[in-house]
Amino acid sequence: MGIEKTQVEYLASLARIELSEDELELFSGQLEKIVGYVEKLNELDLENVPPTSHTQNLKNVLREDTPKKGLTKDEALALAPDRQGDYFRVPRVIESD
Amino acid sequence: MVLQPVIGIEVHVQLLTESKVFCSCSTQFGAEPNSNTCPVCLGLPGVLPVLNKKVVELAVKAALALNCEITRRSQFARKNYFYPDLTKGFQITQFDLPIATNGYIDVDVSENGGEAKTKRIRINRLHIEEDSGKSLHGEALNVEGTSLIDFNRCGVPLVEIVTEPDIESPEQARQYLLKLKTIMQYCGISDCNMEEGSLRCDANISLRNEDGSLGTRCEIKNLNSFRFAKRAIEYEMRRQAEVLEAGEKVKQATYGFNAATGKTFMMRTKEESQDYRYFPEPDLVFLEVDDDRIEATRKMMPELPDAKRERLTKQYRIPKYDAMVLSTSQEIADYFEKCASLHPNGKAVSNWVMGSVLGLLKERNIGIADCPVSPTRLAELLNLVADGKISGKIAKDVFEQIVETGKSPEAIVSEQNLGTVSDESAIADIIREVADKRPDLVAKLQSGKLNVLGFFVGQVMKRTKGQADPQIVNQIIRKVLLKE
Repeated sequence: MGIEKTQVEYLASLARIELSEDELELFSGQLEKIVGYVEKLNELDLENVPPTSHTQNLKNVLREDTPKKGLTKDEALALAPDRQGDYFRVPRVIESD
Repeated sequence: MVLQPVIGIEVHVQLLTESKVFCSCSTQFGAEPNSNTCPVCLGLPGVLPVLNKKVVELAVKAALALNCEITRRSQFARKNYFYPDLTKGFQITQFDLPIATNGYIDVDVSENGGEAKTKRIRINRLHIEEDSGKSLHGEALNVEGTSLIDFNRCGVPLVEIVTEPDIESPEQARQYLLKLKTIMQYCGISDCNMEEGSLRCDANISLRNEDGSLGTRCEIKNLNSFRFAKRAIEYEMRRQAEVLEAGEKVKQATYGFNAATGKTFMMRTKEESQDYRYFPEPDLVFLEVDDDRIEATRKMMPELPDAKRERLTKQYRIPKYDAMVLSTSQEIADYFEKCASLHPNGKAVSNWVMGSVLGLLKERNIGIADCPVSPTRLAELLNLVADGKISGKIAKDVFEQIVETGKSPEAIVSEQNLGTVSDESAIADIIREVADKRPDLVAKLQSGKLNVLGFFVGQVMKRTKGQADPQIVNQIIRKVLLKE
């Protein structure tokens, strides 16, 4: 199955990343191989096989509604590339199109 | 030409839990920014989300309260989108197997002052999902090109409730929201505090074309009051109609609503569902809800607003409208019922609760739990009126004094000698005094001009400071001056 460059560009826009011309080439080739590999499943007759998302048929793994202390503010913010006061700071995210 | 609007509403309700949906962080509102986070809700690598049991209980309760069918085996899914208020790059939600589908709410809507009609608004689905973090933008921060994020909200449990496009007017939309909120509060599913964001709504609006087909729909996001929701829908209907009248096409997009200008503004062109690339969440297992759980939940359900309204109407013989007002909150209905159990006239109780009590709460901006007049005190007061011990007018004053002093109505009446003047000879004396001053009016009365009776009644009421019963005064005037 062929992956068009425009499809890679579209995926990149959904992920909010910018790709160079070379990268577009590279990734469309790689994605083509990945999709082609998964395509193999279509060769099988799966008519009566229900779709599954887990290999083990587990259900209802639940926890009690009891709050526990997680990270401290400073532990959480220590992981941030940038902070301002007690907040994570990121490039402005209001969209305009 | 007026085009018929077609409106659907999505509401996000925050569930009343102590901890988040997939981790044990606290859901406390107003905590310091980023003080309620952990590796799970921050989306750090290698973590495993585990579903909160209480979330399932509350979601099942909400589903039953909204007359939904419960999905016996539901599943979580990843909704992929890139936005910094959700660090994982996806939101955990439910997609093709939501926990509940096919419900409805009945609302009573009176359009343009007409008689109220019952309208059934179908609910397409109800699903569990996690909230995202909260972003603060530009202007407030004095730093251009920057957004700040607080992840305390991230992972807070929500249910999203989506209607079918059954809503036909802005007023129906408002009534739907009011009813939904009442039901959620009755069942203890959510506190529905809109200021704190525990109930948020989005509206989808399109206009029906002349041939009956549906026009392009636009979504208005984050309507944070029911009044704004109504106004935003009204504005959006006009905007779309103008676009169509100009011979242009409505463009599918997401709008915000500016309450200050009363206008909607475009936020972004609408993402297609496929752009979210939903797929089953591999870190969470299936959620199965069996008959036992459904039955157990059903047994725990409180009386819902519709049922309560019916019962109040019948049990206390009050008008449907009164029952509707009284059942807007469980606490108000309880107050009414407590009072009505101590005073036989249901209609008198509902008049006082809807008038004096709710008026007082509104004036002081307090809840009924903090009402300075208990239902017992109110019943005592109404009993005094019913027994003819005080007049209705005096009762209003006594009510005010109970508010101020907290004393019992009996004590207030006896201390200040507010009891009805029913002593016939005392009233007759007053009438004679008045008659002496106005022989002209006595003559008129005696010549058959009964319209001057009102003057004498008024004078007696004035001199008894409203403590006499006007009907009795009337009879005594006739006796004294007309020898009847």
